[in-house]
Amino acid sequence: MSTSVVRTRRDTLGTSALRPDGGAKVQGSFAFSSDVWADNMLWGATLRSPHPYARIISIDTSEAIKIAGVETVLTAEDVPGKLTYGLIDSDQPVFASGVVRYMGEPVAAVAADHPETCRRALAAIRVEYEVLEPHVNPEDSISGSVPPIHPNGNLLRHQRIVCGDTSVTGPVMVECEYEIGMQDQAFLGLEAALAIPDSDGGGLEMIVATQWLHEDRKQIALCLGLPEENIRLTLGGVGGAFGAREDISLQVHASLLALRTGRPIKMQYSREESFFGHVHRHPAKIWVRHHASNDGMILKIEARMVFDGGAYASTSAAVLINAVTHIQGPYRCANAIVDGFAARTNNPPCGAMRGFGVVQACFAHESQMDKLAQACGLSPVEIRLRNAMRTGDRLITGQPVESVAPVERCIRETDAIALPPQMTSSPHELSLPGGSGRTADRSHIVRGIGWGVSIKNLMYSETFDDYATARCRLDNGVVTLKFATSEVGQGFVTLAPQIARSVLGVDTVIVDPMDTTIGSAGSTSASRQTWMSGGAVDGACRLVRERLFEHVAQQHNLDPLQLEIDDTDIIDTRGTLRISVSKASAGVAFEETFEHHHRPTEDLDENGQGNCHVAFAFVAHRAVVDVDTELGLVKVVQIATAQDVGRALNPLSVLGQIEGGIAQGLGLAVMEEILMVNGIVKNPSFTDYLLPTALDAPDVVAILIEEPDPQAPLGAKGVGEPPCISVTPAIAAAIRDATGRAITRVPVRPSDICL
Amino acid sequence: MSIHIPTSLDDALALLHELPQVQLLAGGTDFMVEVNFNKHDVHDVVALRRVTELQQWHHDETTNTVTIGAGVVYAEMEHGELATLFPALAEAARTVGSPQIRAAGTLGGNLGTCSPAGDGLPVLFALDAVVNLASHRGTRSLPIGEFMLGPKRNALAQDELVVSISMKTNSGWQGYAKVGTRNAMVISVASASLVLDTVSGTARIALGSVGPTIIRCTQAEQWLQTHYDISARKDLDEAIATEFGLRVSQESRPIDDHRSTAQYRRHAVGVLAKRLLQRGCVQ
Repeated sequence: MSTSVVRTRRDTLGTSALRPDGGAKVQGSFAFSSDVWADNMLWGATLRSPHPYARIISIDTSEAIKIAGVETVLTAEDVPGKLTYGLIDSDQPVFASGVVRYMGEPVAAVAADHPETCRRALAAIRVEYEVLEPHVNPEDSISGSVPPIHPNGNLLRHQRIVCGDTSVTGPVMVECEYEIGMQDQAFLGLEAALAIPDSDGGGLEMIVATQWLHEDRKQIALCLGLPEENIRLTLGGVGGAFGAREDISLQVHASLLALRTGRPIKMQYSREESFFGHVHRHPAKIWVRHHASNDGMILKIEARMVFDGGAYASTSAAVLINAVTHIQGPYRCANAIVDGFAARTNNPPCGAMRGFGVVQACFAHESQMDKLAQACGLSPVEIRLRNAMRTGDRLITGQPVESVAPVERCIRETDAIALPPQMTSSPHELSLPGGSGRTADRSHIVRGIGWGVSIKNLMYSETFDDYATARCRLDNGVVTLKFATSEVGQGFVTLAPQIARSVLGVDTVIVDPMDTTIGSAGSTSASRQTWMSGGAVDGACRLVRERLFEHVAQQHNLDPLQLEIDDTDIIDTRGTLRISVSKASAGVAFEETFEHHHRPTEDLDENGQGNCHVAFAFVAHRAVVDVDTELGLVKVVQIATAQDVGRALNPLSVLGQIEGGIAQGLGLAVMEEILMVNGIVKNPSFTDYLLPTALDAPDVVAILIEEPDPQAPLGAKGVGEPPCISVTPAIAAAIRDATGRAITRVPVRPSDICL
Repeated sequence: MSIHIPTSLDDALALLHELPQVQLLAGGTDFMVEVNFNKHDVHDVVALRRVTELQQWHHDETTNTVTIGAGVVYAEMEHGELATLFPALAEAARTVGSPQIRAAGTLGGNLGTCSPAGDGLPVLFALDAVVNLASHRGTRSLPIGEFMLGPKRNALAQDELVVSISMKTNSGWQGYAKVGTRNAMVISVASASLVLDTVSGTARIALGSVGPTIIRCTQAEQWLQTHYDISARKDLDEAIATEFGLRVSQESRPIDDHRSTAQYRRHAVGVLAKRLLQRGCVQ
């Protein structure tokens, strides 16, 4: 028997390196924020409004504070600093004062020795409300027919886009109004934080699950009336985010309780509270009319888009801009007139969720493309190919698409993916629509095919400089990376060491805890961290490499520009020197910090013109569904997709994003919706807010289109959002194909198909 | 709060007799959710998992009767001998929650909660099950139709518990189908169980989630028996199946709620009845 030494492949860029926390997560030993404890800690809990709209007549906390084990009860009067917070507009009260504007709005918070004591204390707080008729129709907010429910008014933003010649008409016109329901991010790791006050009461430390440590710190500091440097945030284990951790939830409440009691405060939401504790995806109504030539070329788009922002602004203004600037889809269009409104109502606040306004726009424009195809006698693929945007084309905002735009390739490569086999004569019962309910037999099923293609902006827009910071230290052959990038499951903890290994030729890379002791990394959102924090890590590593080359060059009397990294060695490209990085860096240490900024963007003018976005990514989806047309039940059989990724730095991670995004888009297509009646949420639990199960998840066949983007630091585009955007309209189109129904609303309900 | 863990039926019944306001805990799949939502002011809990009499089932072949202990979990009905004896019960069991829930949830719990959406209940009703109850005062047995009184209401006295369910094995065909808006792990929007008894030539169909409690469609059953030879189970006309579905749907009494609409439920339950009948007659 012989033994052979197999050299393990180094986890550099381009390899499917495994997550460092993957094993722990699978085994259940990974510590999420909710698993963090401190000695002597108290529990915090929030009292929330049961009414969507009510005047607060009085709050009596006297009985609650008497309960043994209750340490403090706080209301709006106890907020020492700014009384409100918010990502764009600071319009949301830390605690409601005088009025509550949505069901679930925080009114008070308690700290006590046990969660059960907290529950009793909350029950003992007497709040007298004068219940008001809630305003839940965004059209009323736009028309001004109802009195303002907030001092800032009921219209959160209006943006018009006027492009080209708006008098143009086409021989072919198709129009429709589309509706998108309210989706929840439904991350599995619930909101949780541990706030530990400094002994002098002048500051605190917080371990929290968030998407953006520095933005949280800024808002917490303002509400506490303390300097930012007195607040130190460390990222706890995050179990998903999808936009729902961009806004503050329990951070300020936990901080206030900690400073008031002088003891560590642990807060965590239940699933029910989580539904009320974070923003959701905007429900929207979108009317669109396309004008086209007889051969299907788009001549003009007219659209009116209404987004229900709920009670507070959150990121509604930015979501709306994404919606109006993406309504043309990944198609050329010279003329347009678009009006978009984000309106305030007494519904739950809406804000960031994966896809950020583009999901809603895409359902409308892709449904329209199918209508257009039908009107012109073209196939869904042909209509899209004829209109497909190319690199350099201009958006209806006048912005040229300088990103690589392989739209045609996305469509063609998706189209070339083999369709799933036809259903056999006796399929497995679980594979039929209705699944384990055994509702259907083979003869009841009709198969349909549908398409969706999308464009998604990457990074923040409208002049925002969402830079990222990273530090690299090379010490005796070991690299230590430091950044404040929130790891929410997207895989930056895997990618960052890959970058360091590729740039510096090292093997051992340590990632320091993410916290606020280094500059901001910006938010883990907008498909931006690979580009932004990846760019920062790459930049810091390159600076260290320059120092290392200078060091080696000096020792060997060479020009440092001659040196290169080859695998784990430094080589002289003009001579014979070859020295391992570990040897070359023995006894020395270099440390560099780098800030990556993307190119500046512009605001939109009153006609919606301006280079407001940084970059774009594209994707195509083809859905195959089986529909039980009589019962209205759906099984998504296969999603074929080709996605423009720039460069796949970790193909396995990219596939993870693609499969997860498709499941989330499928959820919006056929089941996920927060249901409300007059501002009252009817299904705040996983019993009735349905997420796709393994049986609902389709086979995914994915092709990664790698055309490195010259603007991107590593050639890689963000891949997080695109997978969930056009899959929803693709599934809706497939249901239309199978049933002949109009399907103008998602989620598609059984009754939309069969009644 | 006290948790009592009796190990025999007599001990359990004694606790029910002695303690006022007892909460029974079997699989906990309903009860613990309600506790977590603070819907109970819990004082005394009697946990039934260790009462061995409740965990067993037996088949009396002389009377063709199977008696299933109230504490038998759904996982045990999904496959194996019970599944062979009662295929419809197995089909219903497979739709209950997730594998974890099925490893804990029990038929007794389904009867105790008595939700109109209880997955096992339409099958029990279509099988003409008898519910065996006990208290320190003695035992009694009720036909399931007399046990289920309304939404989350049943005939259990405060000091009584469900010991077992007895059902006759039948010759013929039985099936179950359930509509939910997800392909697994979903609460029923409408469900139906059909039993075709070829010996007596009778049909029995019971519906879930389309009324205040489980509904038996006696008029549709009667109509089918007079218009179709159930003993033969052959040559079913499409028109007969359609008419049966319509008649079943007319006997449903659904409501609108956040899970669905009355209109859809009425439609769906008719489709299920038609399809079950066709399934039962094609074989």
